[in-house]
Amino acid sequence: MAVAAPPQSPESIEEQRRWEGSLDQLRGLVSERAMTGETMLLNMGPHHPSTHGVLRLLLELDGEQIVSCLPDIGFLHTGIEKSIEDKSYEKALPLTDRMDYLSPMSNNMAYAAAVEKLLDLDVPERGQIIRVVCLELARCASHLVWLGTHAIDMGAMSVLLYAFRERERILGMFEMLSGQRMMSSYIRPGGVWRDVPADFLPTIKQFLNDFPYKVDDYEALLTKNPIWKDRAQGVGVIEPDVALAYGMTGPALRGSGVNWDLRKAQPYSGYETYDFNVPLGEHGDVYDRYLIRIHEFRESMKILNQAVSRLETVKGPFRSENGKYCPPPRSELGQSMEAVIHHFKLWTYGYDAPDDEIYSAIESPRGEIGCYIHGTGANKPRRVHFKTPSFIHISALPVVAKGYLLADMVAIIGSVDIVLGDCDR
Amino acid sequence: MGVSSKLGNLGIVTTTVEQAVNHARTGAMWPLLFGLACCAIEYMSSQASSYDLSRFGMELNRATPRQADLLIVSGRLTRKMAPVVRQLYDQMAEPKWVISMGDCASCGGVYNNYAIVQGVDEIIPVDVYIAGCPPRPEQLLHGILTLHEKVKGERIADWA
Repeated sequence: MAVAAPPQSPESIEEQRRWEGSLDQLRGLVSERAMTGETMLLNMGPHHPSTHGVLRLLLELDGEQIVSCLPDIGFLHTGIEKSIEDKSYEKALPLTDRMDYLSPMSNNMAYAAAVEKLLDLDVPERGQIIRVVCLELARCASHLVWLGTHAIDMGAMSVLLYAFRERERILGMFEMLSGQRMMSSYIRPGGVWRDVPADFLPTIKQFLNDFPYKVDDYEALLTKNPIWKDRAQGVGVIEPDVALAYGMTGPALRGSGVNWDLRKAQPYSGYETYDFNVPLGEHGDVYDRYLIRIHEFRESMKILNQAVSRLETVKGPFRSENGKYCPPPRSELGQSMEAVIHHFKLWTYGYDAPDDEIYSAIESPRGEIGCYIHGTGANKPRRVHFKTPSFIHISALPVVAKGYLLADMVAIIGSVDIVLGDCDR
Repeated sequence: MGVSSKLGNLGIVTTTVEQAVNHARTGAMWPLLFGLACCAIEYMSSQASSYDLSRFGMELNRATPRQADLLIVSGRLTRKMAPVVRQLYDQMAEPKWVISMGDCASCGGVYNNYAIVQGVDEIIPVDVYIAGCPPRPEQLLHGILTLHEKVKGERIADWA
């Protein structure tokens, strides 16, 4: 006896209809030829293996050629910014982890840097060095996921297995630092949660020793691979002026040859004291953006090597010792009444931040992630807004994709490296 | 080891239809290639080299729900996405199972707000819930093995 499929409720059918939208609603957004059926409208996503999450694209196709592309976002809108308004500054931090879930450390840093700017709080040198280590490790981990998934989209299956092998090692180091593999909440306003454990330095040194050879392995699989080149070269060209006009940042912008990296342009966390280069592309195509991220692995290695050697020499506090904003060390709680008061105040009420608005930005693996905070004078912000690179890159997709083939679309989406959690928040 | 030692030289093995079918179902349970948020990255980690889901016959992700047996809801489910997930579930052929991976899918997690469905079980039936934000790959493996235990306990009368 066959069981009938569970009936759809009238509400869900109704919602479905609204979601799909009628052709009339698309008038003006797609070309007139779509109205007569001369071109085809194709729905890609939100459940599609190559949209890197829950992105929906409405594509208008002439044969296989993309005539227009309408991104539909919001399938992962989580209300993070609104939720933060109801939390004290310290307690809002874990929410920021979950925006750009490929590099939570960068989100933490963007938020922490903004709060520090609002409070005028200084971070001790050791704290800054640990931050740089975390940020560059996060950059590698994020680029590794990008490399694996981008290669799968283009038909190279095995790269993912190699990339995730190294990513597991980075996640292991994050776990060592923070106790969590991904959602670490490690970088906090005023510094970092705790000092690096004793076995962290040998582990990261071993990793820094091995990783350059692994990057060579990835390059051996892809860089000169004729299939890869055919799929990537000359595809998804972003002209520099288009990239700037849309406000693109990160590898997507540098692939077009525009030299803009916030680590150089507006250094934070002591990046100005490190010696590294910013790789630039020439053609602005998918292949250049691939090469840039591969080079960024090597540049991150450079920064990490310098930072790790500094970690060995620079001692001292790893977070601000201002008891109003940062919790006292555990060892003081049994001895100092002041420390107990600070601790109690911090975990129950938090701290007041001035009634002021600030914006501060950092360079995440995807580009500029900025944080705008409007304080109220009390312990909760009036408004927090994140400017995220994925949102901007998705908004530029229609211009970038126009004229290319449907199969190139997955290459373009992969190469600008969007994360829908980052876009929708 | 295994079947061959029990066969002797007769070439015959006795079992019940239930056991044979359930064994087959747990041995190659193809998941839907579907990810929502952070948990999907940990799901990818479980698929990749270190955790290797193919040990459980699950390396083959099907991108179409028609060919999938298992829906792993990996991540926070928004109100905008809910009808899509319901449709995907409806499109899957019987028998089908659902794992709710992570806190957000199980109960809304830290997001008790206007945007998030407070648990995927509000729209589809769930077999196994996995806690964690996000769950480690080991936790996902444990969830999958728990589901296998559940499937192995199914009776003919339940198949219908």
